[in-house]
Amino acid sequence: MSNATHAPTTTTQVYRVYIKATPEAIWDAITKPEWTERYGYAARVDYDLRPGGAYRAYPGAEMAKHEGVPDVVVDGEVIEADPPRRLVQTWRMLMDADLKAEGFTRLTHEIEPGEGGVTKLTMIHELEDAPKLAALVGGEHESEGAGGGWSWVLSGLKTVLETGDELDR
Amino acid sequence: MTDDDRVFKALADPTRRFLLDRLFERDGRTLTELESELEMTRFGVMKHLRVLEDAGIVVARRSGREKLHFLNPVPIRLIHDRWIDKYAERRVSALADLKSELEQNS
Repeated sequence: MSNATHAPTTTTQVYRVYIKATPEAIWDAITKPEWTERYGYAARVDYDLRPGGAYRAYPGAEMAKHEGVPDVVVDGEVIEADPPRRLVQTWRMLMDADLKAEGFTRLTHEIEPGEGGVTKLTMIHELEDAPKLAALVGGEHESEGAGGGWSWVLSGLKTVLETGDELDR
Repeated sequence: MTDDDRVFKALADPTRRFLLDRLFERDGRTLTELESELEMTRFGVMKHLRVLEDAGIVVARRSGREKLHFLNPVPIRLIHDRWIDKYAERRVSALADLKSELEQNS
């Protein structure tokens, strides 16, 4: 992607995808490690799904091969867990010192059942004072091998739920 | 119409691509802000935003009394993963096949 400067007044990013799966299946795909290891960055998540509960994401087998990857790649705290509809949490990237220094951001997943077994998943990432993380999750570093950010993650999530296949990584 | 058809249709218009570029620069804008960037009636801009929303490329969310429009890159990503990647990969493997064939025959 180009180096167009992102100078937003609102620092929120919104992602939405329609998935032919039940809200429960989508909830599991977001919160259970056996699912999260199969798409996107293939991290192994660990959620304590209650207000104040801890959230950790550990590097998957592929990511752990790289040098300098920390034992925990993302941490945060659950703010609200209403399975299978709504999950609000804080989210801090620990991959490097600059990203860690930007601190905790706020991530919300909204899951709404629709017609014909198609469920709407909306992800809202509030990225105030986190420009480096905003660029990363916006997929701006994909050509450098940093993955395609949330749109790539959600594309993989949809594929794995609808076809059982994993997108090439 | 399939989801992909809606995305291709939404992208097949210069005004709508212009709106997407404006949102890429700065996300979460109101209709009034977007309207000010175009020589077009408010109604015209609304119509284009509606097509983008139907295709899922723009998501509108309420924030207090305002309705903010966000660029949602996922539908374009899905087309990329479904179509672009596939054909790009094929060219690469065709080239690799050609190379091994040439090397075998030499």
